[in-house]
Amino acid sequence: MSRMIPFFGFLLLVALFGFGIWWNTQHDQREVPSPLINKPAPAFVLPRLDDPSQTVSRDALLGKPYLINVFASWCIACGEEHPVLMAQGKSIGVPVIGYNYKDDEGDAKGWLAKHGDPYDMVIVDREGRTAIDFGVYGAPESFLVDGKGIIRYKRIGPLTPEVIEKELKPAIAALAKESP
Amino acid sequence: MVFALLFLIAGIAFAQAIDPLPFKDHAQEVRFQNLTRELRCLVCQNENLADSNADLARDLRHEVFNLMQQGKSDDEIKQYLVDRYSDFVLYDPPMKTSTLLLWFGPLVILLAGAAVVVVTVRRRGRAAPAATNDRPTDEGDDW
Repeated sequence: MSRMIPFFGFLLLVALFGFGIWWNTQHDQREVPSPLINKPAPAFVLPRLDDPSQTVSRDALLGKPYLINVFASWCIACGEEHPVLMAQGKSIGVPVIGYNYKDDEGDAKGWLAKHGDPYDMVIVDREGRTAIDFGVYGAPESFLVDGKGIIRYKRIGPLTPEVIEKELKPAIAALAKESP
Repeated sequence: MVFALLFLIAGIAFAQAIDPLPFKDHAQEVRFQNLTRELRCLVCQNENLADSNADLARDLRHEVFNLMQQGKSDDEIKQYLVDRYSDFVLYDPPMKTSTLLLWFGPLVILLAGAAVVVVTVRRRGRAAPAATNDRPTDEGDDW
């Protein structure tokens, strides 16, 4: 019986490796959970893409929930996400604010002109300074902010129909229940 | 593939010009280097901020530099980044319930291995005298 111990040890290792491989298929290793969930969105004042003389601040957006969608014309995954936003952006129940991240103004405008503009408004962070406050480390990323300015949900990577159905919409529905 | 090559070339080009920051003196530069080596680049994950050529890493290096200029301590600067990017940015993770396995897992595995070895060796030791007689001889190896 004791001769079998190494064999069982081997089986245990195989099981562990198998679990590791399975776990990796279920989890995105690149995903860094945001410590900002359920905390106030960082204060920001950013210019609008369509009219840089106008700025939008966090405090000006207080009162009703909205979704901030970080995107850039150079971002490949944003190209995957874009058609989904075009199709569903207007029907998710909250305004979608485009957050143009480290992009060239002309490129960003050209991109929206070519592929369509799913956003209620687009704000620009060319330097990426405010993005650091938001803990953005890539694009696309999306933040659901409630009427009190609290970040309630974050999606790292593209919004897909599945993510919208299973994560975003329930999160928005939960907000709707809270607010009077 | 072409993309990968382009990135590689871009990376080399960047590496040669890794941002020259206006350090006050050598001590400050050393402190900056040490600090950025302890912080993880979030985009590349297995590189630290000091070595990474990623755009975000460069931004965060500038951020670290600015915070140093403002007279923030190393701990304050790390906390600043942890507040935004979670413990993940630290290469030296803090000890807390969620990281206990990380900290002590290898030790537990090592101890378990040692226990198996000790038990096996003891058993062999007891069984050996009886077994020596009927063990086939090694003489006559055919080489």
